[in-house]
Amino acid sequence: MFGAGGGTSSYAEIEETDVILMWGSNAREAHPIFFHHVLKGVHNGARLFAIDPRRTATASWADLWLGIDVGSDIALANAVGRHIIEEGLHRTDFIDAATTGFDAYAEAVDRYTLEHAARITGVPASAIAELATAYATAGTAQLCWTLGITEHHNGTENVHALIDLALLTGHVGRWGSGLVPIRGQNNVQGGGDMGALPNKLPGFQDVEDDTIRSRFESAWDAAIPTRSGKHISLMNEAMDEGEIRCLYVLGENPMQSEADGSAMARRLEGLDFMVAQDIFLTRTAELADVVLPAAGWGETEGTVTSSERRVQRSRKAIDPPGSARDDIDILAGLARALGHDWDDRPAKDHWDELRLLSPMHAGMSYDRLEAEGGLQWPCPDEAHPGTPFLHGRLWDRPLTSKRAPFVATEFVPPVDELDHDYPIRLTTGRRLDSYNTGVQSGKYSSPRRIGGSIDLSSTDASNLGVEEGDTVRVISRRGEISAPVRIDPTLRAGLAFMSIHFPDDTDVNQLTIDAWDPKAGTAEFKATAVRVEA
Amino acid sequence: MADLTLTIDGGTVTVPEGSTILDAVRSVGGDLPTLCHGPTLEPANVCRVCMVEVEGAGALVPSCSRVVDEGMVVHTDTDRARHSRTVVMELLASSADLERVDDRFSAWMEDHGADPARFTGATIEGRPAKVHDDLYVRDYARCILCYRCVDACGEQHQNTFAITVAGRGFDAHISTEFDVALPDSACVYCGNCIAVCPTGALEGKIAWDMKEAGTWDIDRQEVTRTVCSYCGVGCNLDIHTQEGAIVDVTSPEDHDVTLGNLCIKGRFGWSFVVSVDE
Amino acid sequence: MDLRLLSERPSAEERSAVDALLGSPERGDGRVAVGGHAVRARRHLLLPALHALQDAAGAITRGGVAYISERLSIPPTDVFGVASFYELFEVDGPGGVTERPCDDIACMGRGVAPVGAGTHVEPSACLGQCDRGPAVLRHEPGRGYTVRTGGAIGGPIHQPRSQLRLLRRVGAVDPTSLDAYLDSGGFEALAKAKAMGGEAVIAELEASGLRGRGGAAFPVGRKWDGVRRAAGDKVVIANGDESEPGTFKDRVVMEDDPFAVVEALALFGFVTGAKEGFIYVRGEYPTAAARLEAAVAAAGERGLLDLAIEVRRGAGAYICGEETALFASIEGFRGEPRQKPPFPNEAGVFGRPTGINNIETLVTVLEVLRIGGATFAELGTEGSTGPKLFCVSGDVDRPGVYEVEFGATGRDLLDLAGGVAAGRALGAVLFGGAAGVFGGDDALDVPLTFEDTRAARLTIGAGALIVFDDTTDFEPVVERIARFFSDESCGQCVPCRVGTVRQGESLQRMFSNPASTPLEVRLLGDLAKAMDDSSICGLGRTASLAVRSAIDLGLVGAAHG
Ligand SMILES: Cc1cc2nc3c(=O)[nH]c(=O)nc-3n(C[C@H](O)[C@H](O)[C@H](O)COP(=O)(O)O)c2cc1C
Ligand code: SF4
Ligand code: SF4
Ligand code: SF4
Ligand code: FES
Ligand code: FES
Repeated sequence: MFGAGGGTSSYAEIEETDVILMWGSNAREAHPIFFHHVLKGVHNGARLFAIDPRRTATASWADLWLGIDVGSDIALANAVGRHIIEEGLHRTDFIDAATTGFDAYAEAVDRYTLEHAARITGVPASAIAELATAYATAGTAQLCWTLGITEHHNGTENVHALIDLALLTGHVGRWGSGLVPIRGQNNVQGGGDMGALPNKLPGFQDVEDDTIRSRFESAWDAAIPTRSGKHISLMNEAMDEGEIRCLYVLGENPMQSEADGSAMARRLEGLDFMVAQDIFLTRTAELADVVLPAAGWGETEGTVTSSERRVQRSRKAIDPPGSARDDIDILAGLARALGHDWDDRPAKDHWDELRLLSPMHAGMSYDRLEAEGGLQWPCPDEAHPGTPFLHGRLWDRPLTSKRAPFVATEFVPPVDELDHDYPIRLTTGRRLDSYNTGVQSGKYSSPRRIGGSIDLSSTDASNLGVEEGDTVRVISRRGEISAPVRIDPTLRAGLAFMSIHFPDDTDVNQLTIDAWDPKAGTAEFKATAVRVEA
Repeated sequence: MADLTLTIDGGTVTVPEGSTILDAVRSVGGDLPTLCHGPTLEPANVCRVCMVEVEGAGALVPSCSRVVDEGMVVHTDTDRARHSRTVVMELLASSADLERVDDRFSAWMEDHGADPARFTGATIEGRPAKVHDDLYVRDYARCILCYRCVDACGEQHQNTFAITVAGRGFDAHISTEFDVALPDSACVYCGNCIAVCPTGALEGKIAWDMKEAGTWDIDRQEVTRTVCSYCGVGCNLDIHTQEGAIVDVTSPEDHDVTLGNLCIKGRFGWSFVVSVDE
Repeated sequence: MDLRLLSERPSAEERSAVDALLGSPERGDGRVAVGGHAVRARRHLLLPALHALQDAAGAITRGGVAYISERLSIPPTDVFGVASFYELFEVDGPGGVTERPCDDIACMGRGVAPVGAGTHVEPSACLGQCDRGPAVLRHEPGRGYTVRTGGAIGGPIHQPRSQLRLLRRVGAVDPTSLDAYLDSGGFEALAKAKAMGGEAVIAELEASGLRGRGGAAFPVGRKWDGVRRAAGDKVVIANGDESEPGTFKDRVVMEDDPFAVVEALALFGFVTGAKEGFIYVRGEYPTAAARLEAAVAAAGERGLLDLAIEVRRGAGAYICGEETALFASIEGFRGEPRQKPPFPNEAGVFGRPTGINNIETLVTVLEVLRIGGATFAELGTEGSTGPKLFCVSGDVDRPGVYEVEFGATGRDLLDLAGGVAAGRALGAVLFGGAAGVFGGDDALDVPLTFEDTRAARLTIGAGALIVFDDTTDFEPVVERIARFFSDESCGQCVPCRVGTVRQGESLQRMFSNPASTPLEVRLLGDLAKAMDDSSICGLGRTASLAVRSAIDLGLVGAAHG
């Protein structure tokens, strides 16, 4: 966000804030302990708004739930922005002093009247106005989102539309006000921190910046490609075009986690050579030429970074089984096999190397991480206490750093359009007791697990003449699967849901579309057009 | 915050405003028995093993919850206070199985010369444990009705409200709605009730089985702190291993992200580490 | 919130009974839903909703609980926990007619009332009908509660009307007619109060020396002043939960002079600045609740009330008369007392500053206003001013409510009630009910004032005198008292939850094996001290009083003690 890839706030802030927006996030189930903090806020009097096509467990706690059409977030956000401006509730002092691009933004949102947005989103104008007023007039407000915002063909635009709202109202850079993307995996944030992004070096430093790159090159005594790499969707394209012939997959299960599963299978099968490094023999690993068994959670040392940018130590409690080895040892061994003299070093040494190269991590010694229960970046030196919230600089007067830009966005409907043949909008998500493709969570016996299903509204079910438990065929423009029906009162007619956890039984990614967001490369998991046949 | 000065057993003690008598006692190295008091929970005020005498107050007061006033004069060790604490411990021990309450509490019993055998009669000891699934056990013969699990499952932490105190008087007990089996209830198996239970009435299945079999041995256990492998919230976990095998997973109650709480994945979802197809 | 309901669904009757109370549910369109704080703020409707369900179904059914849960956004487990707290709610019960014959100490001597065939029978603690026992409370789905009493009575009042201040309308003025009430001086006290202003009313109350009649004898002027000075959105409450065995005076007032209760509560609201008031009526008093509801409605329609008053029915829990338990009950929680401080005038019901008084206390305030504080103070004794209602029951000729000035002795009251039956002598008197103290013949000469009873180690409590003649076997009486406390303990705190049970067990052992008496008496003494010192509320703190005094007096355990 404005350059630093992390949420702006600490969880503690949400306990003290006045208004909470959960936008496209079912944190109650996907991030239960984060939701504890949300509920503390609610019990302390905060008003909670939930924006989600489904009336999820999260939405059922809300003072107001807005059940928008899948993929209409930008229309809603822009209408909220327009209404705030029209009512004169925007913070002109903040906008003037700390942002750029307001006029263009105001012009861009001008056609998103409440009525227009109501037509696009399906949500009444009055509810949109209430949301806008509550957010703009709150003393402090937290805007939180997860994959409901990002897993769209225009996910990056969606995020911009939300950031714009925070800039409009000054709800960023203050204790209690911020922008909070909650990360889906325990170390996506840390992966980003470490430079596992096509365009970044560790510490979110630009690969294409010559000064930065040369610093890394001299430290590593190696040449670094001068151009950004490819994100996942570009890699898919490159595989399709035969440009990528060889793939090294670390701890991912693209066979089951990527959209349009049958296309993915074709791709992986068409490769010349594939290495899979994982703690399990996943479907992807089954296809690999070489499988490198890796040590997993509880078996290795290192750090992870949470959604509040807190770096914490992860530790080894037990020995990895059999021939499994620490990822980093595998990589070092590989490097040696390729003729480099990499030694096996303890995790702490790697971390200290990072601290030399990444200014935002420089102050985080292992000793401090241990003693202080983790530290929030940026933490530039050992005397620095870490940073509970970002962008406080925007409130410096006079502003001495870069202004935050408004980025105008336009609503574009989901790529996979509904029509007569595919009339039902299928969306995907997680359930409380399961996780991603189930490779970890499928291994413990949860009394709550309900297995794979196609969840339908009672209206759609009765129109189809099906009942709970009946098996139906779910057909999209790309594929077809069969699944048992579950009747779900949180769904309205025309909306269906499948969880992503049971690819072996109900592989929803046979149906999803791999239209992807050009900036982040995230596929549009959340919006598929389907038809259901009894 | 202003500091307040009070007298405890003749000595002068200064504590920040808002401290409880128990805080004050502990601040000078003293201690009192407690059971229902949980560090992450509001005082439930119900077990009454922590009572002390405050000059000017008619009855004894619970030290775990009574907030210090300026000039308060507290006596923790009078015959009256000790008598009351002793009888209360005896009543508890005569009505439930306290065998798995922590060692500190048995030390208190001994210190007070509590003799539960003086009181005989109705007891919940011997009731069969409820074993409804592979994740955790509710062994209510050990329950002292401290309300901690209900508060943790309820508004103070988890907000699931799967369990409640039902009934009244001696019949009061922890229950799901209409006493249905746990898998049919609203329980989401976060285990946050287990985390606060002081008596071993709630226990992870593995730990409970080992305790029943007599193989649970704290002295041979190690605790390793790490971070949960699932979502991106960053919950800290303590992995308890005994001879190289994981026997329990908890969360530190002094960590501000979790306050000891986890979700089902964090607390129970670790069996993938020991699963066979690796 | 995210509810997970059991699979049972409500019947049509259950649904409509709950809807009649809560209004029809909003039809969701799958697009917006209002929830959160607004819905959860209706939690206090839980007890009325449970009553509605039970009135319709005769039981608290699973489907009904699911529906209430959904409508009020209260977790089903919580609804269950609350319902299971109250005696009157038949959780998962068979439905149909339930009869509850009183088997408590004042009715004991009079045989148990017959119950109808084919009904579900649940013996009950004192039903507050001791002047006309044996009593039965009957519940019939669709019909609600009715009380059947056995004793022949010639109306509630046995005293010349000219001597009466508090009871002067009882039996003489139609309790269902607002006009009749107005004709008999009704709403004059409120008008007077408004004319003189709140501060002046408090001055009158302070001059009157009036103390609370609910048991704790707290000065009323001081309490009202505390609430008046508190900042915030205040609440006033009339405590009509009267459940102390042997006590029925508040019932007589609520049933036969309901407008006086309404006027007095309105006055309480005026003086303290509260805009909201509750009358909490014992669930076993259906007539009182109905008449109060009608009185509130009539006075409201006539524009006589600035205070929004709601009548709330209890559901069978003695402990809900304790003020903090009563708050919890109104809020829709289990009726569990809360540790004080904070005191009600700081944080009472809904955490708001709250004034609460007993029914008799409130109607006595009207008398203070009528005759003036100074004149009032001349009635009674210096430490105990004004008139007082006493409930005389048990082995007397004319059980009933008697109004006397403070200073009267037990013997005076016994005489008013016609004495024990001819040919019988006095066995003992239980002063103050189950939470009270037994006294022998000499105790009858103690003036029943706060100061004299304290000195004589007796108690007035809420004004019960249960008389036992010389044929009484006191062992079952004392056991019944002990059982009353273990039944009625809310169960929160250990000294009371376990201690009341141990007390009963100890008595049983002592009665079945008299040789164990010295040992048991020591144990009972240890228990009593711990219960008294360490219980949260007055129930646990007084649970051993009667038992101890019966032993001290030699009514039980004497031969071997
Ligand atoms: C166990 C218990 C039961 C009580 N029941 C009643 C009751 O039924 N009615 C009542 O007015 N006060 C009852 N009280 C006293 C109330 O807590 C409170 O003191 C009283 O309502 C205050 O009113 P007053 O000052 O007018 O007496 C009870 C107290 C205890 C400890
Ligand atoms: S496991 Fe969690 S949801 Fe279940 S009873 Fe315990 S605290 Fe409540
Ligand atoms: S189960 Fe444990 S935590 Fe719950 S009330 Fe009983 S002793 Fe307390
Ligand atoms: S003394 Fe008895 S009734 Fe009062 S709070 Fe304790 S357990 Fe409940
Ligand atoms: S620890 Fe104080 S009452 Fe339980
Ligand atoms: S009504 Fe039976 S004892 Fe009071």
